[in-house]
Amino acid sequence: MESGKISIVALSDKREQLQMAGMIASVGAVSGHEVLVFLSMNALRYFVKGSKARAPSEGPMGELMEQKKVMPFQDLFAHAVDLGGAKIHPCSMAVDVLGVQPSDLEPYLGEPMGLTQFLDESAGGQVWSF
Amino acid sequence: MADRKVIDARGSFCPGPLMELIAAMKMVQVGDEIEILSSDKGSAGEIPQWLKKVGHEHLGTAEESGVWHIMVRRSK
Repeated sequence: MESGKISIVALSDKREQLQMAGMIASVGAVSGHEVLVFLSMNALRYFVKGSKARAPSEGPMGELMEQKKVMPFQDLFAHAVDLGGAKIHPCSMAVDVLGVQPSDLEPYLGEPMGLTQFLDESAGGQVWSF
Repeated sequence: MADRKVIDARGSFCPGPLMELIAAMKMVQVGDEIEILSSDKGSAGEIPQWLKKVGHEHLGTAEESGVWHIMVRRSK
């Protein structure tokens, strides 16, 4: 099976952006790719345990996805880890600015990661940004 | 005859049915069969492609009243 490395930078707070990031992470991971997700900026708050924050839609597709109860992006990221062995790390800067502890984040997230490590680990593979 | 497990993923959109199939794959033995029901046409195309990529067997797909029955055998 041909495989490679896929790194995803998730920054947006928009439903469609995060849904696509979760789709690539989950399908990539279960298809034999080595998947690394870096959660930063406005995306991170959706991964705080117990968060009731609702990702706003950027357009009609986001509204339709909500109406039709498409699998939430958080579940896709969890599947990427559980079923495909993906690694998902919060950005250390975003953790600090948001004022949360690593233990406040969803348990399928790894330890906070800095940019130096992310850039090193993503080198040589596909990098997607949402 | 191999056991066949039926997974009802109707109402779930891509990649939900694929994720449900993979979760089920981890629970069955090599050689066992799974039939996944999907009302999502995209998944009816996506799942056979995934099977081919990762090396499991696609036994066939049948569509009935807007529901795709995708038959799979775990091969490894």
